Amino acid sequence: MPPLPVLMGQLLLGLINGAFYAVLSLGLALIFGLLNIINFAHGAQYMMGAFVAWLLLTVTGIGFWPALLISPIVIGLFGMAVERTMLRRLAKLDPLYGLLLTFGLALVIEGLFRQQYGVSGQPYQVPSALQGGINLGFMFLPIYRGFVVIASLVICLGTWLAIDKTKLGALLRAATENPSLVRAFGVNVPLMITATYGFGAALAGIAGVLAAPVYAVNPLMGSNIIIIVFAVVVIGGMGSILGSVLTGFGLGLVEGLTKVFYPEASSTVIFVIMAIVLLVKPAGLFGKAS
Amino acid sequence: MAEPLLKVAGLQAWYGESHILHGMDFEVPKGEVVTLLGRNGVGKTTTLRAIMGLTGRRTGSVVFEGRETITLPSDKVGRAGIAYCPEERGIFASLTVAENLVLPPVVRPGGLSMDELKELFPRLWERASSQGTKLSGGEQQMLAIARILRTGAPLLLLDEPTEGLAPVIVQHIGRILHQLKERGFTILLVEQNFHFAASVADRHYVVEHGRVIDCVPNAGADLGRLKSQLGV
Repeated sequence: MPPLPVLMGQLLLGLINGAFYAVLSLGLALIFGLLNIINFAHGAQYMMGAFVAWLLLTVTGIGFWPALLISPIVIGLFGMAVERTMLRRLAKLDPLYGLLLTFGLALVIEGLFRQQYGVSGQPYQVPSALQGGINLGFMFLPIYRGFVVIASLVICLGTWLAIDKTKLGALLRAATENPSLVRAFGVNVPLMITATYGFGAALAGIAGVLAAPVYAVNPLMGSNIIIIVFAVVVIGGMGSILGSVLTGFGLGLVEGLTKVFYPEASSTVIFVIMAIVLLVKPAGLFGKAS
Repeated sequence: MAEPLLKVAGLQAWYGESHILHGMDFEVPKGEVVTLLGRNGVGKTTTLRAIMGLTGRRTGSVVFEGRETITLPSDKVGRAGIAYCPEERGIFASLTVAENLVLPPVVRPGGLSMDELKELFPRLWERASSQGTKLSGGEQQMLAIARILRTGAPLLLLDEPTEGLAPVIVQHIGRILHQLKERGFTILLVEQNFHFAASVADRHYVVEHGRVIDCVPNAGADLGRLKSQLGV
């Protein structure tokens, strides 16, 4: 049995990774569940969120807290433009076309950032109010990392409540089932789709800002995480919002524990779980069989 | 005939390459219940969908309250004051009965209040928190009608509201349509059930091959002519 501080340290690391998995997979699940778009550009949008925060700081001196608001808005608007100008044209085709388009888009965005900023990470300071840590006796908890976990939980809970408990959420769920009827009721469904894609992209953007002080801001940060996030969404159940959030946190913890007990498997454990889930329950842990 | 609330002229509609409506012409006077009657596949449902802007391509003229709506997207048609209750009822499985009920936005004043709906459809309130598609067929039909009554739309398009329902439910829907007519709603009804149509309508349009071939007032000797046209 490893020492308690080592175990707890890895669990904390897993929880933080899980927090990012949860927010990113939430955005993916939202976009897939409500719009039927497999958004491979989600990782690029996450990376752009981090870069917008970094550029705000280095170019204009705007710090973390305003960036936490500005960056998701910028990425959300970018997402809306992508939906409006490109994805909308594919709306009536197989979702595979959306996947190919967003995959290509992700490569283009990543390439542009690589060319401009190189692949070495850009440092981003932890905001002064969240520097330092708390000694819990059995481990040292960095305040910022605790903040990331709490912020992710608040974002996930808020999004779930908005989708599940509000009139707007009901309209979104109804439009997923029968968009033409909802439109005939007088609801501007195309605008709602654009806004939903923008919100999903904004979730990636906010995850990017939260990640900036934890990981180095670099053009590859999105492609490094997106495959894992897709695995999380598949395990949780494609389109299941609650499933993606719970699975995101859960798999982060599993990954952390694997690092303690069998480090060699830590980078593959999520994909092993995905394979097992697909064999046993193809719709995912929280998904509904179609 | 009263002033037409809806005037359809030369309406043609297509689903992909299939040409379904070949020039529908009819009027729906304000405050009346008008039916589109005809055999399966003659274009009755497509007519309602074309009025709502839900078919692929459509040409002709659909004038509602004096305003041309043929070029409007379906959300603008809905906002203009035409409410649609589809044949398959369109109850949303992911929403509760209460959520289904309040889903369509109110487009103008004059719709039924929640208290009035509760009085008309008491059963729905008992099952407000149930999943919409867990209701019986009759209850789902009530829900599909109830939710468009809230919106204040003066024209209701009802597509076969009695299809597959028990006679007692059909009678109940008939009573509701009479009450709605008394309240000033105008109703365009697509029906296969001639006896139900005859019990609620002011006039009938007979549809064949995507065209109106006759207009029959719901009275006396004319009904005999209608029966022979429909073969009932």
